[in-house]
Parts: sequence; C-alpha cells; structure tokens
Amino acid sequence: MHVHFLDPYHAGGSPIHRLDARVKLALTLAFIITTSLVPFGAWAAYILLFAIVLSVELLTDLGIAYFFKRAFLALPFALAALPLIFTVQGAPLATWSSGAGTFTISVEGVERVVSIALKSWLSMQMAIALAATTAFPQLLAAMRALRIPKLLVAIFGLMWRYLFVLADEALRLLRARAARSSASRDAQYKTGGAIVWRARVTGGMAGNLLLRSFERGDRIYDAMAARGYDGEARVLPMPALQAAQWLILGGGLAVCVLILLLALLLA
Amino acid sequence: MHHTIEIRELVFKYPDGARALDGVNFYIAPGEKVALVGPNGAGKSTLLLHLNGILRGEGSVRVAGMEITPSNLLKIRAAVGLVFQDPDDQLFSPTVFDDVAFGPLYQGLPEAQVRARVAEALAAVRMQDYAPRVSHHLSVGQKKRIAIATALSMQPEILVLDEPTAGLDPRARRDLIHLLRELPQTMLIATHDLRMVAELLPRTLVLDQGRIVKDDATRAILDDEDLLRAHGLEKP
Amino acid sequence: MLAVTFAPPVLHIPDGFLSVLVALSLWLVTIVVVIIALRRVNADLGERQVPMMGVLAAAIFAGQMLNFPVAGGTSGHLLGAALATILMGPWAAVIIMTCVIGIQGLIFQDGGLLAMGANIFNMGIVGVVITHFVYRSIRAAAGNRVWSIFVGGFLSAWLSVVLSALITGLELALSGTSPANVAIPAMGGVHILIGLGEALITVGALAFLYFTRPDLLKIGEAKPAGRGIWLAGLVMAIAVAVASPLASSHPDGLEWVAEQQGFLMHAQSAPYHIVPDYLFPGIENQALATILAGIVGVLVVFAVALGIAYARRNKNAASAASQTQH
Repeated sequence: MHVHFLDPYHAGGSPIHRLDARVKLALTLAFIITTSLVPFGAWAAYILLFAIVLSVELLTDLGIAYFFKRAFLALPFALAALPLIFTVQGAPLATWSSGAGTFTISVEGVERVVSIALKSWLSMQMAIALAATTAFPQLLAAMRALRIPKLLVAIFGLMWRYLFVLADEALRLLRARAARSSASRDAQYKTGGAIVWRARVTGGMAGNLLLRSFERGDRIYDAMAARGYDGEARVLPMPALQAAQWLILGGGLAVCVLILLLALLLA
Repeated sequence: MHHTIEIRELVFKYPDGARALDGVNFYIAPGEKVALVGPNGAGKSTLLLHLNGILRGEGSVRVAGMEITPSNLLKIRAAVGLVFQDPDDQLFSPTVFDDVAFGPLYQGLPEAQVRARVAEALAAVRMQDYAPRVSHHLSVGQKKRIAIATALSMQPEILVLDEPTAGLDPRARRDLIHLLRELPQTMLIATHDLRMVAELLPRTLVLDQGRIVKDDATRAILDDEDLLRAHGLEKP
Repeated sequence: MLAVTFAPPVLHIPDGFLSVLVALSLWLVTIVVVIIALRRVNADLGERQVPMMGVLAAAIFAGQMLNFPVAGGTSGHLLGAALATILMGPWAAVIIMTCVIGIQGLIFQDGGLLAMGANIFNMGIVGVVITHFVYRSIRAAAGNRVWSIFVGGFLSAWLSVVLSALITGLELALSGTSPANVAIPAMGGVHILIGLGEALITVGALAFLYFTRPDLLKIGEAKPAGRGIWLAGLVMAIAVAVASPLASSHPDGLEWVAEQQGFLMHAQSAPYHIVPDYLFPGIENQALATILAGIVGVLVVFAVALGIAYARRNKNAASAASQTQH
C-alpha cells in the first residue's frame, strides 16, 4: 500500500508545467504579496487578479474545478474575520436590536470581510497551481535559487522523501488499530474506551512511529556516510535561466506592479 | 588494483559490552564472489558496516589494500560500494538521478563526469530511463537495482550487499541474480537466500555469534546438513 | 479506505489574513531564528543529525495523520512541536517544525506562503521555546525524576499549543482581519481543548519511548540547551499571558495599530471607486456605477478565460491530430 494521494503534483506538458520552477516560485510569491497589498474593497484590482488566476488555471490543463474545490478548504478560516462586519466603524448597512443589545452591520465591515476572503481564495489558488504543476525536486532547486540555506533545503528533501514511507507506516498502524477495535456483543459496554485511553493508544502509535524514524534516521546516515557524505549539502549547479524565462519573470513582476499602481491610483 | 578484503581478529562490542563480533578472520581475493550466511543476530550486518569504516572495532580491517584509518576513510568509501538491505534507507534523495549522483558528487567530480557516471551506473542495472523518477513510486525490485546503481556510480572495486534478494518476487529475484552475475567487482553478499548462494557464489563464510564458524567452498557447506542445522540454516 | 485527516488548519493562517507588515516582520524574525538554529545544529549536533531531522520532520507530519475521536465529530490531533523539542532539543526542533510547516504550506496549502513566516513563528518557534522553558523547568524542579517527564510533557505540550493559539489571535488582530476581543479569546478557548489532545498524545508517545528506548529521551537533554532559550521562553510566556487579556479587553489599541499600518491596507477610509465616475458619464448613482463596473469586470474576466480556453483546445486538438498521424 502506497500513499500516492499525498503528492499534489500532476505530471503534464502545459505551458505552466514547462515554466522554470524558479520563475514559478518567484511569480507565485509576487502574486500573493501583490494580492495582500491591494487595499480592501479595491474590486477592480480583485477582478484583474482573478483574471490572472483564471488564466493560469486554464493554461495548466487541469480543469478549473480542481482549483476551486481545493481552494474552498481555506474558507472556514474566514470565520475569524466575520465579526468585523459588526466591529468596523462605517456607514450602517443594517441595524437590529435584540435582548443582547443593538447590532449594526457596517458597509465597510462587509467590504473588509469579503476582501479578506477574496484575497485568501485568490492566493490559495495560485499556491495550488504551483504545487500541482511543479515536481517537488524542482521546487527544491527553486528554493536553493531563492537563497534558502542549502542545509535546510537538504532537510526538506529528506523529509519529503520519507513522508511517503512514514505515511505508509502510519496507515499500517491505523489499520492495525482498526482491525482490533470492535464492539462488545454485550450492549452495556461502551465501545472505544475513555478518551484518555484512546489518546494513550494514539500516543503509543505516535511513539512507535518516532521510534522507527529514529532507527531509520541512523540507517540513512550510514547509507549517506557509505557514499562519502561529510555533512555539507552538495548538488549540481542549476542551468542558467533562458532569455524567454527571464522575460516571463520580468513580465509577471511588471503586471504585479501595474495592478498595485492601478489600485493605488483608483483609491 | 587490489580488490581485496582482509580482516584480522576483528572484535566489536556494543555499548553494553556484549560482543557483536568476537574475533573475525578472513581474506577475500580479487574478483572472488563470497557469501556470508548465518542466523539473524549473528553479526552479519555489523560486519558489513566495518568494511567501509562506518563502524570501527578492534583488530585490523584492510580493504582494497588500505588499512582503514580516519585519514583514508573517504578513499575506502569510494573503493567499497555498500548496498543496504532496505532500499528505502539507501535511496534518500528526491529523485533517482540525485541518489545515483550522490556518491560521485561527494567524490568531488566535475558536473560532466557526475552525469556520465550516473548514466553508466543506471545502464549497468538497466534502469536508464528512470533518472528523473521519484524513488517512492518504484517497485521493490526497481528500488534494489537503483540501490546497486548508487554504489556502482562510485566505481568501487568491491561490492558489499546486505540481503539483496529479500522481499523480491520470484521474477525480480531472478533478474537481480542475473544482474549480480554480470557485475565484475569483488563481491561479499550477506544473505539467507541459499539457493542464490548455490547458484552465484562459489565460496561461503558461515557467521554465528560473532565468529566465522566455517569458511569453505559453497558446495561443501551446503552438503553439510549438520553444520547448516547447527547454525539456523536449511539446505535449499 | 481509511479516512486520513490532517491537523485542523486552525493554527495555519492562510494568505490574506495577515497584513503585509505583520507577515514580513514575522518572516524576518523567523529567518533569523532559523539561520541561528541551522548554525547551532550543525555545530553542536554534527552531520548525523541532518538525515535524522529530515526523517523526524516526516514522522511528525505523518504523526498528524494519527487521530483519535473525542466527541461530536471532532478529533484529537498531534501538532508535534512539544514532542520534537523534548526529543531533539530546541534548535533541532525549530528546524523540524520549519520543515513540517514549510511542506504543509508549499505542497498542501495548509497555511499560506506569505503567512508562512508567521506560521513557523507561532508553531515552530513559540511552540518550541515555550515547551523548552516549561519542560526544562519542571524536570529541573523535580530533580529529573521519571514522573516529571510525563508531567512536564503534558503541561509543556498543552501550554505550547494554547500560547501558539493566543499569538495567532494577536497577529490576526494586529492585521485588522479579526477583532481582538473575538480572535484572542476564541483562539485561546478552542485550543485549551485542542491542546489537551496534543498533551495526551505527547505523553502517550513519551511513555512508549520511555518503556522501549529510554536512551532516546536523553538525546534532547544532552544537547547544550542554552539558558538563553529558557529565558526567552519565560519572557514569551509572561508577555503572552499579559498581552492577550489586555488586548482582548482593550481591542481599540490593537485596532489603532492595525489602522496605522499604512494607507495601503486600509484605504477603505477613502470610499473606493471601482471605475471613476467619469467613465460612466450621466450615471450619478454610485451604487449603479458600481454594479455596472462590476459587470464590465466580469465580462473582461470571461473574455480572457474564453480566449485562453479556446486557444488551449485548438492547440491540444492540433497536437493530438499530429500524434495520430505519426
């Protein structure tokens, strides 16, 4: 049994897939920063940002539904922003009184909550596009290109490699627990045991997983040492960016700046 | 070129004082292909880890004509290709290419040569097309082949393998045995697979409780049923 | 098929919920701490720890798949900062949690990218420092007796989660994306319960390791722990303990800070015009202009999308045709 569903990468040959991972990572970050910088209620800018997101999604050949479905995962967090419709001062949209007091919903409050949810939704889709079209080894190379310390990138790589191995082990542990979890035929016994007991069983599984990982970590070090590992992270240099890729990078950054300027001018 | 393994009075103690290896002696000549058999816990894996200095015991270990010392450790590791039992331990890089390139990179080779070594090693195990693949998605048999390629890319004089056929289905096992037969290196293989030993390795060392209890031609050892039974083995 | 669920993303802030100023400041702090941690881990612990940290980060991530039902459809989960700190010491734990949170954001969109600095700070730095401070203090006070492993593990795991949550609430309030008097008590309240799950699993894992490989519990202790981190933990615990109730009872202060963060984020004080009035001469009504402009905007987006979809279809059809020709 292999945990394949963990990896969100979808192999493909679309223009977004073919774009250099360094350019993709940089532009994704630029897009998200731009989205964060656009003022609340700057609807024109949001529409432009959405047009960009939509274009990228269509260019990936993965189908828009894939992105929309995954992006809705972040929406529950928007609950944290919801109370702002009452607390932000502004033109009243609706007011009502109840036993607990008077509630006023302000236009500015609604504007802000909708803006926050939109920003989050747009940023999320761009991040999904990056993960869905970029194989992780290329993301690692892009991280190195962005000057993330090599040692940290090496640990990221090891983690990703063993994520699948350990997720398989965790699933086996869960299966073993499920196989032994049964209800007594005598209905008077409650199934599942007390919460503390359940937590202890789960904790034991986590401990088991950690123990195996410690042992595996030692064996991996042996395997690395056997091939001359000396504590330094070494990789082959990346090929230089081609002119076309530079152009896309520059163009993308320029669009981000333009959208920001537009948002400011209109404000 | 030396291609030899020479071990004299090797003793290795665990931190609690128990002896994992208790005076091991043997010599392997250039080009020899030797089996290391014995029950679980006999000390086979511990012995293999001494062959390129990952573990250091008392006594003398000479590999490829060099005594193992801290100063020539990296040379030793280039000369001895160690293939671990669980390929998931050996294949720790994101892609097959990265894993096979790891040894040559740490030997300090220039990029073009690293790429050539990777291509050569993958060709030797007939996995040329797998360089960009992610190890996790490979079958056990494929992983074992790649694991051997990660050792071959260092162009070792000696190959040391721990349970190469464990966990393989019959066809993958057959393919692997063919592959091992083709490789020219001096070879020491720790295994429980006595049918493979009979087929592939003319000489056998029997290790039990940290000692070499028998060192003889494979055929003689496999015919000695009392010896096999005494050390937890079974005639194939 | 077993249901696989990951840790609830309550502590993983998505993008869009932090002001750029808050997000970038926390990125800066995180980068500095992670770089120091990398140096310290390399110097103190040696090269053997590199694969170990990678595998343990994977284990903590995979461990988050292990859950247990609590009540009403909710379940207890592991976050792992406390376990990593107790087992590997604070510096290695910072690296491990950085990797866990980094992969969660980058690959699984569990937490944003711009917000990642904050997420690493909240769970990977605050969580680790608080655990180190609480666990070490209890162990030392108990003279390193065995029971203090479990009591220390329980309290430090619980407190690390609760304090991480309070800080998350503070950051949201500072960003003006959630009112302080709601965000901080809500975050804290929810995580007082979630933290119990974390604490119980942590103790369960520590007990398992204690009875199978007690030597592993000594690794974290052998590391040069550093009085500095202990002090940082003390200061952090006091600061959060004082700041959270203060901020939630006086939300105006935080609001004010949020409002001061530059006109960019809070341009709503000047009513926003989507399309300036002169684009629609004759339409005086602002609401009507807004709706009109909205329609224009949606049309623009549709046109872009249709154009690209059309081009892609033609291209794919052409390449499919050329493939069948060969």
